[in-house]
Amino acid sequence: MDIANFKPAIVYTIYIASTPERVWQALTTAEFSRQYFSGFAIEAELKVGGAFIARAPDGSVHISGEVFECDPPRKLTITWNVNWPALVEKLGPTLVTYEIEQAGAAVKLTMLQSHDRDISDDILEGGRQGWPAILSSLKSVLETGKPLAIKMQPPQRMLAALNAMGIATPG
Amino acid sequence: MSKPEFVYVTYIETTAEKLWEALTSSEFSKLYWFDTELRSDWKVGSPLALVMNGTTTTDTGKILEADRPRRLSYTFKHELREEMRNEQPSKVIFNLEPHGKFVKLTLTHEGFAEGSKVLDGISRGWPAILSGLKSLLETGKPLVIPPTCL
Repeated sequence: MDIANFKPAIVYTIYIASTPERVWQALTTAEFSRQYFSGFAIEAELKVGGAFIARAPDGSVHISGEVFECDPPRKLTITWNVNWPALVEKLGPTLVTYEIEQAGAAVKLTMLQSHDRDISDDILEGGRQGWPAILSSLKSVLETGKPLAIKMQPPQRMLAALNAMGIATPG
Repeated sequence: MSKPEFVYVTYIETTAEKLWEALTSSEFSKLYWFDTELRSDWKVGSPLALVMNGTTTTDTGKILEADRPRRLSYTFKHELREEMRNEQPSKVIFNLEPHGKFVKLTLTHEGFAEGSKVLDGISRGWPAILSGLKSLLETGKPLVIPPTCL
């Protein structure tokens, strides 16, 4: 897989009163991710070629991927493949890049979700809804010590579009 | 091709009333909006001026909708920089949706021509402004983000 073939479809930037090291830790450890990401545990083997997993609270692997770029605490690029049957086969892999930069006394975190083909707005709605919730809560955890208890559900229009492509979704 | 517009969503632990106040009060906005005052009486049809550092009018507009504390919209015309001053006015829309202890804030800034320089500028500005607004409401402390870091 050549990441040069991937183009960003969703870009989300958020500024956080923290340090690049803490933001990196929040993005890559289960201890933090369980707080801001609906109880999901991020398990990352932080080296190029290492495994990247988001484990659901019931223990199942919801997202699996591989580390493509790892430059702590500045840049992490991973594949972010939701384990729904036939999803990767039909949509191709999803690439996620986090860029972390010092911005004065704050940290600028930019998330880019990229694909190697055109993805419909209906399907992108999942990321457009999900990333602001996840990263708003991450910011709250780092700044206040408390997450936002945002109930996240896959958008109906995304599920309908996936089903129409023959991708099975839970529920 | 997607439309030339900018959409930003953030979730803030606050009430819709407090968020509305923060979006319409200069006392707040000076703290999170690069020392910018929002001068308006917020009645539909009234003018709006964004005044930076107490002296410089950076943008102007007209209030289109003011459905407190749910939806606020205004036109937005850049006034400062030569290369952006001649662009058509765009439109700013805030939607506030309470969800229990927090509010989902959706900003839509739309109505740009293809290749708009104002769109480039606001796409860098809004994440900093709205991140600062969230910090201020949740922690009482603004974020200090140098404009050169956008």
